[in-house]
Amino acid sequence: MNNGTERQPFAFKDCTLAAIATGKRAQNLREMRDHLQHVDAGCIYYHFWGGRLRPQFDEPEFNNDFAAWCKHALRDDIVAERLSVVDPTGFDSLEDLRSEVIDILEERLYEREFIPWAKTEEQFSFIRSQIVVFGTQHSIDDPRELPGVFQDISASSIFYHFIDARRRTPDGKDDFSTWLGGLNGDYASLLARLADVDPYFVTLSELRDQLSGLFEEFFSHESTEGSN
Amino acid sequence: MQSLESYAKITGQDVITQLRQLAEPMRGMKVVHVNSTRMGGGVAEILHKLVPLMNELGLDTHWEVIEGNNDFYQCTKSFHNALQGNQVVIPESLLRNFEETNRENAEKLRPKLEDADIVFIHDPQPAPLLRYMPDRKGTWIWRCHIDVSRPYRPVWKYLRPFLLDYDASIWSLSDFAQPLPHPQYLVPPSIDPLSDKNIDLPESEINAVYDRFDIDPNRPLITQVSRYDRFKDPVGVIHGYRYAKRFIPGLQLVLAGGSATDDPEGEAVLNEVYDAANDDPDVKILLLPSDAHRTINALQRASDIILQKSTREGFGLTVTEAMWKGRPVIGGNTGGIRLQVINHHTGFLVSTPEGAALRTRYLLNHRDILENMGTKAKQFVRDHFLLTRHLGEYLTLMVVLKHEHADRVELA
Repeated sequence: MNNGTERQPFAFKDCTLAAIATGKRAQNLREMRDHLQHVDAGCIYYHFWGGRLRPQFDEPEFNNDFAAWCKHALRDDIVAERLSVVDPTGFDSLEDLRSEVIDILEERLYEREFIPWAKTEEQFSFIRSQIVVFGTQHSIDDPRELPGVFQDISASSIFYHFIDARRRTPDGKDDFSTWLGGLNGDYASLLARLADVDPYFVTLSELRDQLSGLFEEFFSHESTEGSN
Repeated sequence: MQSLESYAKITGQDVITQLRQLAEPMRGMKVVHVNSTRMGGGVAEILHKLVPLMNELGLDTHWEVIEGNNDFYQCTKSFHNALQGNQVVIPESLLRNFEETNRENAEKLRPKLEDADIVFIHDPQPAPLLRYMPDRKGTWIWRCHIDVSRPYRPVWKYLRPFLLDYDASIWSLSDFAQPLPHPQYLVPPSIDPLSDKNIDLPESEINAVYDRFDIDPNRPLITQVSRYDRFKDPVGVIHGYRYAKRFIPGLQLVLAGGSATDDPEGEAVLNEVYDAANDDPDVKILLLPSDAHRTINALQRASDIILQKSTREGFGLTVTEAMWKGRPVIGGNTGGIRLQVINHHTGFLVSTPEGAALRTRYLLNHRDILENMGTKAKQFVRDHFLLTRHLGEYLTLMVVLKHEHADRVELA
């Protein structure tokens, strides 16, 4: 990537994801908590982030699979809502995130006298993932090239730079913000708008369009101001 | 044969570029796919397209088909039924014939399979081949296209030892994966948008099926496209049609199926279907040849709603195909259908003929909702279930297999 200093280009990367069944399944909250204590950390990644690259309908109600399962399979709205506000970027490591999820499940287990069960065919299957990252031929030196390049960038490249980056980078930012923040130039308003983009409730294609529009608007405004 | 570039018009150039970049480090690698039929069934359809595309990406890819006698196909059909949960007792003689057939095929295929870098073995039919290849040098992957979520245990117990030595397996859904001592990758199958079965058709070709099959174009039409197989519940579809017809007297039903070369049970089920239809002139039971792809395509486009009322289903590619034509699907709440049919968005999941009838009546009485669901269904398939995505996942898997324990693999 391009963490950066001025003139360092932004080299677009792309990624694909291999999903792997762990064979671990949960049919109630207690089983989910027990498995969560031992499953590979890659499972936490997959069920919070990785799922964005796999088939899912374009109107996701929840930003992670644990919340969605509690709502739809267990019909436990309370724990689903509590899990839905967990912001995975707010944790330093996957282990910290794992602890937070377990805490929420334990709190709920403590509250309930009887725990609901999911139907056999609606069990939660723990999946882990391996991500493959590779280069593309797209690289830009000037932020003003951002709007133009977006039409040729794959949705999974957007995932890599805008979603995966939040776990990958020390300050939990997307790659575009990191790059722009390291350049000389007045990008404060653009960075603020990037920070406002919530990537969890739109498809990756919509996210690409949203970012492209945002860059387009910012740089066309900037060039208009420059010419005046 | 379609080239990779011809898919760009549908998927976008970025998807094709991504495939080329991903495949680059594997150029020249020898890959062999093995299954049990060249024609009929979803596996053969996928391989017909996937193999040339892998070659175009620079992988030296071949497709081999094992051959067997009637007893072999009777046995493997029983495996199929048992793995999907039916209690099936398979005579010892059929099992011995199954193993002997694989041994004979192993002799024929030995040079190619021993030399391959990666071998994909599709479904149980050729699974024992690995046992007869002690000098294999490549990575062997067993690809399961069947719903094995609740197999009939004695049959799974028989088959499992043949699978233990594989380096990895691939399953369509996590629910299907069974405990095996190797990584179990999840890869849903796909459809080819440029195949005769899925390509856009001229209006005249769609209209032609009305005359050909004596369908009234001015009355509503619901269709199920499936082999005549009990798990597809064609008799249940007829019952559902009957319930709906009480409220929609003009309703017509098409059951369009064929018989794959490895499906000896089809004829018995077909007779049950004829009995259930009881000569109703508005029920068309079609037995189409396995290459009638454009006819099936036209029938799906001529229909208002597509049904796939399976009681067990691997993935349900007929659902994907219907959705690609912008038709909502009323599907059985099982297997891969649940991954595709999203209630109130791309169709409805049902558990009974009565449920199918209820949803049919609802959609035919709300044409705007029907149209909207069809549009969403097509977009969902474009995003997730086209051949290009499938190819990309196979390439990804071939990369990560070399780095089994790494969460993140960076290609140079």
